Parts: sequence; C-alpha cells; structure tokens
Amino acid sequence: MSSLSYTAPTSVNEAVGILAGAQGLAKILSGGTDLLVQLRSGRTKPDIIVDTKKIPGIMGIREVDGGFVIGAATPCSVIGEHAGLSAAYPGVVEASGLIGSTQVQGRCTLAGNLCNASPAADSVPAMIAARATAIVVGPSGQRAVPVEQIVTGPGRTSLAKGEFILEFHLPKPAPHSSDAYLRFIPRTEMDIAVVGVGVSLTVDAAGVITDARIALGAVAPTQVLVPDGAAAIIGSKLDDAALAKLDAAARAVCNPITDKRGTIDFRIKIAGVLARRAATIAYKRAGG
Amino acid sequence: MSKIHVTTTINGEPAEFLTEPQMSLLDILRDEMHLTGSKEGCGSGDCGACSVIMDGRVVCSCLVLGVEAEGKDITTIEGIANGEDLHPVQRKFLEHAALQCGFCTPGLIVATKALLDRNPDPTETEARYWLAGNLCRCTGYDKIIRAVMDAAAEMRGA
Ligand SMILES: Cc1cc2nc3c(=O)[nH]c(=O)nc-3n(C[C@H](O)[C@H](O)[C@H](O)COP(=O)(O)OP(=O)(O)OC[C@H]3O[C@@H](n4cnc5c(N)ncnc54)[C@H](O)[C@@H]3O)c2cc1C
Ligand code: FES
Ligand code: FES
Repeated sequence: MSSLSYTAPTSVNEAVGILAGAQGLAKILSGGTDLLVQLRSGRTKPDIIVDTKKIPGIMGIREVDGGFVIGAATPCSVIGEHAGLSAAYPGVVEASGLIGSTQVQGRCTLAGNLCNASPAADSVPAMIAARATAIVVGPSGQRAVPVEQIVTGPGRTSLAKGEFILEFHLPKPAPHSSDAYLRFIPRTEMDIAVVGVGVSLTVDAAGVITDARIALGAVAPTQVLVPDGAAAIIGSKLDDAALAKLDAAARAVCNPITDKRGTIDFRIKIAGVLARRAATIAYKRAGG
Repeated sequence: MSKIHVTTTINGEPAEFLTEPQMSLLDILRDEMHLTGSKEGCGSGDCGACSVIMDGRVVCSCLVLGVEAEGKDITTIEGIANGEDLHPVQRKFLEHAALQCGFCTPGLIVATKALLDRNPDPTETEARYWLAGNLCRCTGYDKIIRAVMDAAAEMRGA
C-alpha cells in the first residue's frame, strides 16, 4: 500500500502511455464507488491509480446525429438530469439511476459499473438491450466494442493492458422505440439486484413489434441476451401468448447461483416475471 | 513515499494540504483540516455520515480520495451555518428533536441542504428517497423527515 501512486493524465495518449507502461497493477479511477471500497477492504492492491476525470470530454453527454455520446466518467446524477437522453433511452437512464444512494449517484459511472464486472450491475442489461457500444482506447488505437463483449466473467473484462473505456455510444433510436429496466431487490432502495432485466423494442404504426432486444443481469456469471425472447415478441402486439413465450425464453437462459439474496429457483422465476413486466413498460413507452 | 500537495476550497475558504494517494477526503477533513463534523460510520459508502457537497453534488467523502479535492469547491457541515446563525435545516432538526446520538446528523443536514438547494418543494417520498443513503440507527427517521419538510416549508416562506 505504501507504494501506491496516483496520477491524473490530461489526455487520452498520456493515459494510455501510463497504463501501458505501468509496472504492477494499474487501476482506472472513475467515480471510485467500487474501487475505493475495494482499496479500503484490501480486495484490490493497485500500484498505481489512474484518474481519468481530467481527460477532456470524458465527463458529459453529447447528442450526435440523434444518438448520444456519454463520457465514461459522467456521474449517473448527470445522466438522470439529461432531458434528451431520458426521453430517448428511459430504460438506460432509470437503470443508471438505481445505482446506490444520492451520494453514490453523484460519483458513480457507467464505465465503472460495467468494468467492475459484477453480474448484478444495474446499468449493464439496459445498455446491452439498447445496443450501446463502448469506445475502447489503448496502445493500438481506438475500437468500438458492443457492451455485451466487455465483461467476460465476475470481476473480469476483455480490456487488454493499457486499454480503457473513453465513452459510450447509443445509436439514434428508430421511430416508436423505447426501453425499460426493472430489477428485483428485497427492499425499496439501496440494495443489489437479485435479478435485473433490460428490454428495448420498436413498434410499427399498428403497434406490432418490429425489433426487440432483451438482456438479463444477476442470473449468470455475465449479463445474458435472450434472443429467443426477442424472437417471441417480434411480430406480436405483446399479447398474452407472446408474453408467455418471452417468460419461458428468459427462464431458459438463466444459469444463476443460490446466495443470501435468492435461490436458483427464485431467480429463474423472477427473470421471467420481470422480462414480461419490463417488455410491457417498454411497449407502452414506444407507443404500442 | 512523497506526499501530494492539494489546493482546494473548503467552506468558501482557500485551503491546502498534503496527502498520500490512498487517503480519503474524509481522512483529510478530519485528521489534517481538523473538521471533525463529518463522521466515519462505515467507510464504504453505505451510511452517509461522511456526506459533503463537492462542486454542488452531495457525495460520500469516504469514497473520494483526498487528491481528488484539487480545484474543487467543498462544503462540510462546518460550512452550513452562517456564523452563529444556524441554517434553517439545523434549527428544524433541533426543534423536531430529529436526533438522539447525533452521529448521523451532520451527514443528514448536509444531504438535506443539497436536496433543498435543488428542489425547494420536495414531496415526502422524494425526501425519503433522496436521504436513503443516510442511515440513522436511533430515530426511526420519522422526526428527521418532519424536520426536513418543515425546513423546506420555512425556506420557501410558506
Ligand atoms: C453504497 C453503494 C451502493 C451501491 N449500489 C449499487 C446498485 O444498486 N447497483 C449497482 O449496479 N451498483 C451499485 N454499487 C456499486 C457501484 O456504485 C457501481 O458499480 C458504480 O457504477 C461504479 O462506478 P464508479 O465510477 O464509481 O467505478 P470505479 O470505482 O471508479 O471503478 C470500478 C471498476 O471499473 C474500472 N473502471 C472505471 N472506469 C473505467 C474505464 N473508463 N475504463 C476501464 N475500466 C474502468 C475501475 O478500475 C474499477 O475496477 C453501489 C456501491 C455503493 C458504495
Ligand atoms: S462513512 Fe462514508 S458512507 Fe459511511
Ligand atoms: S441519531 Fe443516532 S444514528 Fe441517527
């Protein structure tokens, strides 16, 4: 611990250089609401902390061609206050708004939530459902990675040494599209998801679903997509038969554990229920 | 290990201190600046006893590094009253007996001030959700919420 150093680079190149050249364990600091807890408990013992928040543009939200660019270090409180983003992606915004207390919201970020790589991270299923891409920068330049390809297991990501996430891109939503995120927790606030479900969908003028994406959290080592659930509701007006198939498809992809928050059976059942409910909310929001 | 020099603003006054990389802002406030109003209940972001306002946002100072205070504007519980005059939120906490041991009180007052600066007319539900990250093991919260709602009403001139 006594050898820990701290640096706050002021450009992407400087940050990449520091990360790529670091001796020992280098850790990115965004909001610190996971990292500093783990630092204090001794669960992580970095040699260097690289605070990205002084990199220009890494905090803040820009609307670009009808889509959105969210800087990796943007606090979730700022995300919740963005009217345009809230209208276009209410599911992503409500998921990021569920992370922790007011105090945590003032600091926590999408990049930290994703790269901490907890199966229960609230914003991740919503981002995956919304087809968010992470812009990863590193020694070999910049690449756009679908969010579902970042986490590879609990606490593990696909980022290579020297790489970090600079920003997230959310595409311009097709007309009559919306999204929703629901989680189950035993309390009403300040708890970790037992199951989380993100749904994003598009309807046509007649209210028929033309596109859908469903992602689950906390039911497997990583977030999981439910392609059969999407197929089950595409072409429908989300009638009971379609919802029943969605419920079954969501249950089928679950590979959860039993812990103090919920048993395997409970998690599987709730995944089906929340998938139906989140789809119903997204459908109404989309104008279906 | 060389210490890092940090220049910041605390309660409206320019401040500077030396910190080691792993030290939290809470450590600095309490042990270096001798501002011991902010409390450490958990050190892990769960209790809110360490709440301070940093650049207009209430945060847990136990989950901010001291070095991150560089160039920031920080308000602690010591900066809430106007000299000898208590802030309405402080006065209402006393009037409603919204504390017993008082360990949670600085954090609750700082968080309440941040709420009312942003939303002068919160519903009780909004106030309860806003303060969900401030734990109190004594009062049962009811008197706290009454103090918050009453302070909000007074500050609106209602
Ligand atoms: C009281 C409390 C309640 C919480 N409640 C919830 C909850 O309800 N739901 C939930 O999902 N989480 C919750 N969390 C966990 C945490 O707040 C979130 O995971 C948060 O989004 C982390 O973001 P951060 O910016 O603070 O991450 P940090 O702590 O800064 O970083 C987390 C990890 O990601 C890495 N990282 C950060 N930024 C980048 C980047 N740009 N590129 C690559 N790697 C990066 C870091 O190195 C670190 O390993 C809670 C935490 C606390 C303390
Ligand atoms: S001491 Fe910071 S939240 Fe408990
Ligand atoms: S008054 Fe004792 S913890 Fe709140």
